[in-house]
Amino acid sequence: MTRSANMIIKNGYVFDPLNDLDGEVMDLFIRDGRVVGDLQAGERRNAKVIDASGKTVMPGGVDSHAHVAGAKVNAGRLMRPEDHYRSVREKTRLTHSGSGYTIPSVYKQGYDYAAMGYTTVFEAAMPPLEARHTHEEMRATPILDMGAYLVLGNNWFIMRYLKEGDIEKAAAYAAWMLRTTKGYGIKCVNPAGVENWGWAKNVAGLDEPNIHFEVTPREVIRGLAEVNEMLGLPMSLHLHANNLGHPGNWETTRDSLTIPSGLAPANRSEVDEPETKLDCRRRQTVYLAHAQFNAYGGTSWRDFCSGAPELARYLNQTEDVVIDSGSVPFGPATTMTGDGPAQHDLYVITGQKWSNTDVEMECGSGVLPFLYLKTSPVHSVQWAVGLEVLLLIDDPWKTIMTTDHPNGGVFTRYPDLIAWLMSKRARDETARECHKWAYDRSSLGGVDREISLYEVAVITRANPARTIGIAHRKGHLGPGADGDVTIYDLDPASLDSDDPSSIRSAFGRPEYTVKDGRIVARRGEIVAVPEGRRFYTTPYVDEDQELEMMADVKEWFKYYTVGFANYPVPERYLKNPTPIAINRPLEAVVRR
Amino acid sequence: METTLIPRGRIGIMVEAEAISPDVFQGLGIGEIEELEVWQGPERHPLAEFFDVEVRADGSGETRIVIEGDVSRVKRIGQSMKSGSIEVHGSAGMHTGTGMSGGKITVEGDVGSWAGMEMSGGLLTVLGDAGDHVGSAYRGSWQGMTNGRIVIDGNAKSQLGGGITGGEIIVGGCVENFCAIRQSGGTIVVRGSAFRGAGAEMSGGTLAVEGKVEQISPGFLPAGQEENPKLADIELIGRFERLTGDYAAFKNPKGSLLLKEV
Repeated sequence: MTRSANMIIKNGYVFDPLNDLDGEVMDLFIRDGRVVGDLQAGERRNAKVIDASGKTVMPGGVDSHAHVAGAKVNAGRLMRPEDHYRSVREKTRLTHSGSGYTIPSVYKQGYDYAAMGYTTVFEAAMPPLEARHTHEEMRATPILDMGAYLVLGNNWFIMRYLKEGDIEKAAAYAAWMLRTTKGYGIKCVNPAGVENWGWAKNVAGLDEPNIHFEVTPREVIRGLAEVNEMLGLPMSLHLHANNLGHPGNWETTRDSLTIPSGLAPANRSEVDEPETKLDCRRRQTVYLAHAQFNAYGGTSWRDFCSGAPELARYLNQTEDVVIDSGSVPFGPATTMTGDGPAQHDLYVITGQKWSNTDVEMECGSGVLPFLYLKTSPVHSVQWAVGLEVLLLIDDPWKTIMTTDHPNGGVFTRYPDLIAWLMSKRARDETARECHKWAYDRSSLGGVDREISLYEVAVITRANPARTIGIAHRKGHLGPGADGDVTIYDLDPASLDSDDPSSIRSAFGRPEYTVKDGRIVARRGEIVAVPEGRRFYTTPYVDEDQELEMMADVKEWFKYYTVGFANYPVPERYLKNPTPIAINRPLEAVVRR
Repeated sequence: METTLIPRGRIGIMVEAEAISPDVFQGLGIGEIEELEVWQGPERHPLAEFFDVEVRADGSGETRIVIEGDVSRVKRIGQSMKSGSIEVHGSAGMHTGTGMSGGKITVEGDVGSWAGMEMSGGLLTVLGDAGDHVGSAYRGSWQGMTNGRIVIDGNAKSQLGGGITGGEIIVGGCVENFCAIRQSGGTIVVRGSAFRGAGAEMSGGTLAVEGKVEQISPGFLPAGQEENPKLADIELIGRFERLTGDYAAFKNPKGSLLLKEV
């Protein structure tokens, strides 16, 4: 896709957790955009050489959960002109102009991620009906490699098949949907609850059957987790748990995470295996989204407190869960989720402007502007919880650092999160500035842990890549990996955790962001604008099962506002389509 | 230092000139002022393309800008200014004094829409009429002017003081629709009349109308009568009816609507 790009990155401190490299000083080689063990003499001569002496070298950042493309993101842009007014990016010879702080335009978004050292970003929630829109926006996003998770937790077909106990048909449907919409994995938002929102209701517990379909959240979570492993998808079920945003919800979260217990993780994607030291395939069967919003204690907003210690205690005992944090760095945000009723709750609390959408037979969504204030007791606890979920879970391979952009905050605040995680002093400074509930109603004040650069590399690239099943080419720097490298002006030998501002500025403005062996950003400035790839999965089931399932789909399609022929996303919608095949049928292979 | 800008002729596409601000001019020589960039559509031009510039040291520490003529096709004059003064001997365009936090702007003619938008300090005086959104919030935002004072001697159009949280707006003439919409603080006095929606979605602050309000917003309840009510240093003479609202938007609103009895 790009012209041959050979590169040598010399003498950097390399942090590559999947290859067990903890700051080794070494050279990295990239040939034709991919990492190799060495370059031949001739290739070395025409290679671009970067001197990374005294600098920190990591694989390109991977954001496994952000809201960056699609109908609800655009609804946020449309309803928030005030978010764009003061955040403007001028065009340059190479780049488009753009605007928007919490919900930047697609161009600005791509540039901002790349300038911060991130090269891969996955859209967290793509309603099937909005797949075309989502792909259109991803298509216009420069530089980044992307994919989008398909929202299936309140899908009428899935709920119907699960009610009938027909897990094979549910799997056949999910497989067809992923291929049809060019989706990447299965996302489940407030299972069984969003359907009730169509009647202005929600579900109260994991065993409450919803209206009409009479399936429970437990049945949907278990069913989709089973479907996920039957299909052998690269990512496990990605769960936005029930009861999100409510005091005391940590118990619902823990109980939800036990539901897929006993399933074996089965990433059966047909990809070239790299030579990583650690297994690059996932070990989890459920990936919990934005744990911060689902780790609350107390019974009301009056006795609201952190539930993160309790949730972390469970996660420390289990091996089959990964969480992303959904941390809150304070400041402006725009909340947007497929969880319609949760968004309505926020509207009732804040009185803010609120957009709500019912996506026909599939799901729902809501959007609402939000401002996290240091003066607010509840927001201060949310800040603490967002760091607790990353610091109290001992094994970094169970955690991923996000802000659930733009729900907890903007992705450009990641450097602040890293500074808080690496520096107790940074946390104490912020705790002094915000409401006393931050430390009084959480355990954060007593946490001494300061994470290492190695752990930063785990929670911002290695683990997100492995959790979603792209670690065969992302999140590491072994031979065969994509040549995505970030070089930070941070000398591990003189790193001082008591100097959080130097950590913040180093992670905010990397020296170099390299994508496929090309420098795309240099000290915050975009210097090349290649087109990214679009990952999606193409799982298959038995042909007869698929035919039976298709008969149901065609019969029910009369309830849709679109015609059956207009539903699929054609491959030409995608820039550099990069399918990941799973269980390819023999005849299909032969036909090719 | 006093800088005089003399418009060189009719302007086609409107010019965006946030560079015309005492904070920007301060300490600059005439050549540097002439070279300041302004936008016209997608193009940048030096200020001297639209104005003849004269600079006169007057010995005072204050930076004064005097515009001799009509600049109704020049937007953003005095945007974000913090100190100094601007006098316009003519009319000024949209966004005059937008976001200003200090200093003084006086416009002898009219101003376009969005004058004093989200201002947080200083004094903006308009001897003529104003357009829409005087002292209001930007589109989509609910927080307008937070401090300072705007005085319009003539009439203003719709949504004057939208989202105002502090400061004062005094209109000598009449206003059109939705004056003080979403006001949560501060004071608005309209000497003339208002049309519909005055004080709609108000939760705090005071809106006084001395003339007639054509259609009073339905979410306001009577809260007594007052003789010569006091509003800081603004004089209100006569008997006023006080209404509280807007109950249509809030459970316990503190907005006051003062209507002069005629």
